[in-house]
Amino acid sequence: MEVAPFIVLSAILFTIGCVGVLTRRNAIVVFMCIELMLNASNLALITFSRANGNLEGQIAAFFVMVVAAAEVVVGLAIIMTIFRTRRSASVDDASLLKY
Amino acid sequence: MAPATALLHASAPVVHATSADGVFSLLWLVIALPALGAAVLMLGGRRTDKWGHWFGVGTVSVSFVLSLVLFFALLGRDSGDRQVTQHLWTWFSAGQYTVRYDLLYDPLSAVFLLLITGVGALIHLYSVGYMEHDDRRRRFFGFLNLFVASMLGLVLASDFLGLFLGWEGVGLASYLLIGFWQHKPTAAAAAKKAFVINRVGDIGLSLGSALMFVTFGSTSFAVVSANADKASDAALTAIGLLLLLAACGKSAQFPLQTWLLDAMEGPTPVSALIHAATMVTAGVYLIVRANFIFSLTENARTGVVIVGCITLLLGAIIGCAKDDIKKALAGSTMSQIGYMVLAAGLGPAGYAFAIFHLMTHGFFKANMFLGAGSVMHATNDDVNMRHYGALQKAMPITFVTFAVGYLAIIGVPPFAGFWSKDKIIESAFADNFVVGLCALIGAGITAFYMTRLMLMTFLGQKRWEPDVHPHESPRVMTIPLIGLAALSALGGFMLLNDWIVDWLSPVVGAHHEEHLAVAPFVMSLIVLAVVLIGVAVAWVLVGSRPVPRVAPSEVSVFTRAARADVYGDALNDEVVVKPGWAGIRGLTAFDRSFLDGIVEGTASAFGGMSRGFRLAQNGFVRSYALAVLSGAALLLLAVLAVNFS
Repeated sequence: MEVAPFIVLSAILFTIGCVGVLTRRNAIVVFMCIELMLNASNLALITFSRANGNLEGQIAAFFVMVVAAAEVVVGLAIIMTIFRTRRSASVDDASLLKY
Repeated sequence: MAPATALLHASAPVVHATSADGVFSLLWLVIALPALGAAVLMLGGRRTDKWGHWFGVGTVSVSFVLSLVLFFALLGRDSGDRQVTQHLWTWFSAGQYTVRYDLLYDPLSAVFLLLITGVGALIHLYSVGYMEHDDRRRRFFGFLNLFVASMLGLVLASDFLGLFLGWEGVGLASYLLIGFWQHKPTAAAAAKKAFVINRVGDIGLSLGSALMFVTFGSTSFAVVSANADKASDAALTAIGLLLLLAACGKSAQFPLQTWLLDAMEGPTPVSALIHAATMVTAGVYLIVRANFIFSLTENARTGVVIVGCITLLLGAIIGCAKDDIKKALAGSTMSQIGYMVLAAGLGPAGYAFAIFHLMTHGFFKANMFLGAGSVMHATNDDVNMRHYGALQKAMPITFVTFAVGYLAIIGVPPFAGFWSKDKIIESAFADNFVVGLCALIGAGITAFYMTRLMLMTFLGQKRWEPDVHPHESPRVMTIPLIGLAALSALGGFMLLNDWIVDWLSPVVGAHHEEHLAVAPFVMSLIVLAVVLIGVAVAWVLVGSRPVPRVAPSEVSVFTRAARADVYGDALNDEVVVKPGWAGIRGLTAFDRSFLDGIVEGTASAFGGMSRGFRLAQNGFVRSYALAVLSGAALLLLAVLAVNFS
């Protein structure tokens, strides 16, 4: 099995997610980018799992999905609350906790 | 002196005491009674106000009776068998050192016991009258008893550590008594000054004892005296000089003399007690007691003689210009103690005479201080002699008793002071002409200032304050005066057949007859002639013309110096206080700027750094994410660098 294309795709997806987190202001978009990064790493895990012929990578991928689901629940709730109180979903506006 | 030193080595006696039995087993009671008195009076509170003063007089009087009994018991023994020790308890033991608290009763402590309890009891009795109108009389008697008990502990100790205990007790009691009228700031300051200057002397005693521990492995008189001749010269000289420092502090000798004049702030009976029986005699006692050290070290003895000479002249000069009757007497005490220290420094030739003069001085100085107190009692506590004059008619008993003390101190035969001072001057001349000359000049100045004091106080014109009506003191005060006057007149009989010299010989060694260039009676005549000159000068300067009520301000340089205590305080100020302050300021500045600088500088450097780092916490989630990413990238690079290098 050819590993390289899958890893390259995973790297591209991860990079897009990374850039998105660093550059976008909208909390929802940032959130989606995080999901993108998680899934990119899932892809890498599964690829190596297949290539090596064992199951650890796939089990790890399931853990990541579970954690991502939990994160979505909590994260979206927080974003909702911030939006209700501040009428904005920009991550730069929520910058009160600082020096 | 030098050829005699070889002899002295052989003759420093060893303390070798037999254990106490029979009547001597009561020895501890002599200390215990006044100590009990002090405890009852100080802890008993107001309940003891009514009878406390008589209780205090009682304890010391019973101690005196006991001392008399013990004295005659000792007198009944052979002269070689006159050292008795009583083991009380083991004080402490550390490793191989064990310090026992033992009492030593020998001819030297015997005469001190008589002086302390005898003169002490008379002063207690006098204080009953003198302090009658003081609310805190009971407490005063508690302190007096403590003073006497401490001094008895000092002279009965058989160990330098035991002596130190009494020594400190005396220091504490003197502090309490000098500052007894603590509501007066001057009295409080004087008490503090006496305490602090005494501490300087105490350093000498504690270091001296420590050095004895190192040299002899013990501080007991028996061990030290038995091994003293085996010790090195340097160690003996060092111990001798340290003990001299201790004696200087307690006995108000140059350069630690300044506390004595300020100590006059205490009630007059305290001054009498300090000057006659308890405090300033301790230094002379220490030197004579440590004769087994001093006999072996000529250098330390020379130091003792020099200190004695300086102080006897210094005290006499101060006494000449003081208008305060108590301060004039205090200067006189300094001078007379100087004589004793001088005699003690002469070695075996002088120890006995130092103690003899100490005894006679105890009599006549207590007499005159109590007389001065009686005068103050009659003149509303005025101490300025310029406000006295012509008191001899108003207070005949005080006048006559004071006059006996006066004749005794200036050394008119047959009064006590003549015999003792004459012997010291003779021994001084036999030792060294300059030392003898100092002692002789001192005798002349003594005659001058005492005559001046007599003339200004009791004779001449009335210069009383308008509201003063002098009257004789009550009997409880005059009886001690009469007793002390009798002792001042008759104290010289202790010299009959050289009794005092023979009596002390088991302690201080056999007396070496010194040979004078002139016959002793010629020497006595010379001394008397000098004394008469002093009296005559005083008569011309003070007696033959009216005494101004205000001290003249245009006076000679000498008078000004004497009024300022020969600049003793100024000297202390310049030599000790100011450099001390400068040192403290320097150290404080060093501490503030350097030590604190290091600590505070480190703190503020870290503070500044955190202020800088804090700015990274800007609240923007994206910048945190960037930091995480860069960190991860750095880690990755590091891993790669390690793997591919």
